[in-house]
Amino acid sequence: MEDTIKLTYEISGSDLLQAGEASGLLKLRLKQLGIPQEVIRRVSICMYEGEINMVIHANGGTADVEIGADDIFIWLKDTGPGIPDIVKAMAEGFSTAGKKARDLGFGAGMGLPNMKRCSDEMTVTSTVGHGTTVFMRVHIGKSADVASGRLLHASPATPGYDI
Amino acid sequence: MKLYKIKEILNASVLCGEEQLDIEVDSAFSCDLMSDVLSYVKSEALLLTGLVNPQAVRTADMLDMKCIVFVRGKLPDSVIIKMARERGITVMCCGLTMYCASGYLFSSGLRGT
Repeated sequence: MEDTIKLTYEISGSDLLQAGEASGLLKLRLKQLGIPQEVIRRVSICMYEGEINMVIHANGGTADVEIGADDIFIWLKDTGPGIPDIVKAMAEGFSTAGKKARDLGFGAGMGLPNMKRCSDEMTVTSTVGHGTTVFMRVHIGKSADVASGRLLHASPATPGYDI
Repeated sequence: MKLYKIKEILNASVLCGEEQLDIEVDSAFSCDLMSDVLSYVKSEALLLTGLVNPQAVRTADMLDMKCIVFVRGKLPDSVIIKMARERGITVMCCGLTMYCASGYLFSSGLRGT
């Protein structure tokens, strides 16, 4: 495979029909590159849940993806309302989503936990009133299910949460 | 279980992907919440849902699911069918409730994920 590939996707928050389009395009690219199917599956879930979150909570945003030899890195950035309590937001079943999310079939409080489960590393950085950045890393060589019971490390001194 | 068998059991109509009815699925998942589908489906399963919007197709695509059955007589519009066709996903619809459709398939040997 060629050296690191950098991709950027603009995610619209107003066109619900397009929600998930960037994830579909990324999946197609990963297939073309010959990335293992199980890795594609995990990246697709991370990206898709993140994309839906940006649409329903933040009126869209930007997804930057880097595909390296060993890992796939994803940065999801939005300028939405931010997350007041990231630890709470990470709990399965916790949701602040409204009708827009439920109409799409989401909003059950499984998005961030799904992203955590499918990534090898995840950091959420958020400032209320300014926006949220979610970083995820998926190791290409690791195709088995990742452990779901990792500890949540939250430091009040920094806005980033390693999950 | 082959898709044509599923069509027969559910007395379903095929809206696209008729040419793929010989494909086999090893399990099924019934749900209207797409995050739960993303969370629980582990293999290329059949999706039964009453959620008639593009996210049902996009979710199935993310997981390489080959067939969606819309239950409760829900009919997807042409945009949804076009999306499914482009992604190689067979779409059926049936008049059964999700509970009954799942029950008929389960009792015919198609297990859950």
